Amino acid sequence: MTQPSILLDGLPVPFVDGQTIMDAAMAADIFIPHLCHHPEFKPQGSCKLCTVKANGRYVSACTLPARDGMEVENNSPDLNDKRRTLLQMLFVEGNHFCPSCEKSGNCMLQALAYELEMLSPHFDQFYPNRAVDASHPEVLLDFNRCILCELCVRASRDVDRKSVFSLSGRGIDKHLIVNAESGRLADTDFSWADKAAHVCPVGVILKKRSGFAVPIGKRRYDVEPIGMQVERLAARSADEES
Amino acid sequence: MSEECFDAEELEELLRPVVERHNGEPLQLVQILREAQEVVGYLPAALLTATARALKLPRAQVEGVAGFYSFFHLTPPGRYRVLFSDNITDRMLGSGELLDRLCNKLWVERRKLSEDGLVSVDTTSCTGMCDQGPALLVNGQPLTRLSGERIDRISELIRAQLPLGDWPAEYFRVEDNIRRRDTLLSAEWPAGEALRAAIARGSEAMLAEMKLSNLRGRGGAGFTTAIKWESARRAACHTEADAQAGARYVICNADEGEPGTFKDRVLLSSYPDLVFDGLSVAGFTIGARKGLIYLRGEYAYLLPALRENLERRRRSGLLGRAVGGEVGLDFEIDIHLGAGAYVCGEETALLESLEGKRGIPRIRPPFPVTAGYRGQPTVVNNVETLCKAALIAIRGGAWFAGLGTKQSTGSKLLSISGDVEMPGIYEYPFGVSVEQVLQDCGAGNAQAVQVSGPSGVCLAMHEFSRSIAFEDVPTAGAFMVFGSHRDMFEVARNFAHFFKHESCGFCTPCRVGTSLVANCMDKIGKGLGTQYEINQIFKIHRLLHAASHCGLGQAACNPLFDTLQKFRPAYERRLCSLDFEPAFDLDQALAAARQMTGRDDPAAHFGFAARLPGVAS
Repeated sequence: MTQPSILLDGLPVPFVDGQTIMDAAMAADIFIPHLCHHPEFKPQGSCKLCTVKANGRYVSACTLPARDGMEVENNSPDLNDKRRTLLQMLFVEGNHFCPSCEKSGNCMLQALAYELEMLSPHFDQFYPNRAVDASHPEVLLDFNRCILCELCVRASRDVDRKSVFSLSGRGIDKHLIVNAESGRLADTDFSWADKAAHVCPVGVILKKRSGFAVPIGKRRYDVEPIGMQVERLAARSADEES
Repeated sequence: MSEECFDAEELEELLRPVVERHNGEPLQLVQILREAQEVVGYLPAALLTATARALKLPRAQVEGVAGFYSFFHLTPPGRYRVLFSDNITDRMLGSGELLDRLCNKLWVERRKLSEDGLVSVDTTSCTGMCDQGPALLVNGQPLTRLSGERIDRISELIRAQLPLGDWPAEYFRVEDNIRRRDTLLSAEWPAGEALRAAIARGSEAMLAEMKLSNLRGRGGAGFTTAIKWESARRAACHTEADAQAGARYVICNADEGEPGTFKDRVLLSSYPDLVFDGLSVAGFTIGARKGLIYLRGEYAYLLPALRENLERRRRSGLLGRAVGGEVGLDFEIDIHLGAGAYVCGEETALLESLEGKRGIPRIRPPFPVTAGYRGQPTVVNNVETLCKAALIAIRGGAWFAGLGTKQSTGSKLLSISGDVEMPGIYEYPFGVSVEQVLQDCGAGNAQAVQVSGPSGVCLAMHEFSRSIAFEDVPTAGAFMVFGSHRDMFEVARNFAHFFKHESCGFCTPCRVGTSLVANCMDKIGKGLGTQYEINQIFKIHRLLHAASHCGLGQAACNPLFDTLQKFRPAYERRLCSLDFEPAFDLDQALAAARQMTGRDDPAAHFGFAARLPGVAS
């Protein structure tokens, strides 16, 4: 019996039972844009960047199990246009100022914006008022950049078994909180050694006193576009930052 | 009721009986928070810490749940918490002016707690009293048929700090307003009749009758009920650590949050036995021993009567062990209260909420029929669907299939409100034309009907010959009529803000998109809109339709899309002639500076605002 496969933008891509469209694509070194997905964690499908068209229907590639013969459209003008709009939404919803951000060049949001040729935020900025939390001795939390991907929530809960992070609020008021009555990271048992400290795709969780060790221009996505780094994205693990 | 009033120990004392009542079960978190808030008045940070400790949950998770629901307060909301229903029908009846009037009388600012901690005044999403609005909730109790006079009296009652129990009972009267009865509303079977009929048939034969009836879900989606039941009946249960091992569940979705609908309220107040019978029949048919009712927080006032009814059923052998005298047939019903979140009407968000979590719709598949409440096979049915199932148990599937149309069997309850002479509940066989309904309810000059609420469809006059049926105009029951004097732009704007307020925030397109379109509508409303905004709305509509995680986001722009298609002039007369006008308002940004310098002369104004009449007087 031959291995089942999906037809991804016309290319046959094999998969094993239980794999999602995203899993199959990554294994085949094909890039489907994503932010909230991480191969080590249970997929949640909230950023919607990985929206593809499977058999004519819009679905999230990270959550939909692949089925034999499924025809999937990924790299198309329609989908990339939608993804660009989603990126613009994420940019205006928070406060993202790339030139001064420590994560510039290592940031998936920024890298995807380049990849998908997002030339401007397009919408009016929301300029939310989000205080930073510098209480922790090792780590600075800059909520201004949070895109609510819940990777730190999942890592802290499922890997570190600490549940340091959680989401509160609803709708546009949804925000990241930490596990302390004071609301301060210093009053949790969070540590830089936690898995959760190393999964943020943007610049919320930053190590203190070690900024700009690698100069901007020589960083991960400065060197090579994110779309060419599928192998590395698929191999992300505990010892490597996203 | 200030923060200092409670120390941690005192809070733990207050919390203990609440937690004990729920056996320290983390799945009951939403119920525990609700009841704790009733005792304490709000949910102070220390109370969340104590709750987390008592339930052995991470504190952040408890705070996350408390922060999700509109009716949970992390800061003191006042001894009198007044929430005006903000549906468009309430607004059409003058709720906006009444809200201002109450604020003026009480000397409070909207959304802000009065300085003495006595009262706060705000709005809330539709409270399901559209046929007797304008309505409000005070400390969770509904007040209907508000008028200027009543508002004045209410302000006096609040200032005198009179307990709600001593307010005029007339204020709290909620009418059924049943205007047209068909097979369901004229049913007069005694409690338990349907359940006994189902037991007499046997579960397999009951399922066969359901198939024959071709009953489709009345909550909006119109999924064939028998298929749901059969799938859950066949699905394997998972073993659990506790005594619930191998259980299936039936759940009654009474989270009637769609603005403009209130039929489930009437069924729960006047036909509760039919609802309970339907739920029991469903439980019997799929082999569930537990039924749950998810009652929206706005209907909390129905709880005492519903609980009493359940107690009565228990006494007469319709609930508990050996139901209907059948040895081995055990069935229990619990009622869970929501806490103000429209999205929990989506069945998987409802399941999350039932499990004490934030009401975020789940990823599907798996569907609830295989992995629902506690991961077990679960049927979630609308209140009206279950009532219909009870009728089918008694009168058979063939009888039911003979009513309505071929694809839409049986009857449908419509909740009619807006510009009509006789708002209320109308039951029609499926297939009735919109025209007929309008005629019956006395809608003389209707220009539009919003069928099935904001997430449904807006029909213009030329579509009134269409019929209410799954194959033509499907509906969950809302039927809001707009007379020719109404501004359809304001209708759409109200709906846009509704979706912004009720988006759960899980997925990017809905979380940000609903805010963006609400902003676009406000900009157009201010007279600053251009063709550019209209194009934006269309673009965001397409994105939300394609990429949203659940039906809420997918439908969020429907009312805008419909009104833009059918009532374009309502938008266009507001547009300025320019290609683009920025939303940033320089004049508005200088308001604080004007206030500080005490100036309001024309030279202190800029740009567009300086040209507006009334400004810079």
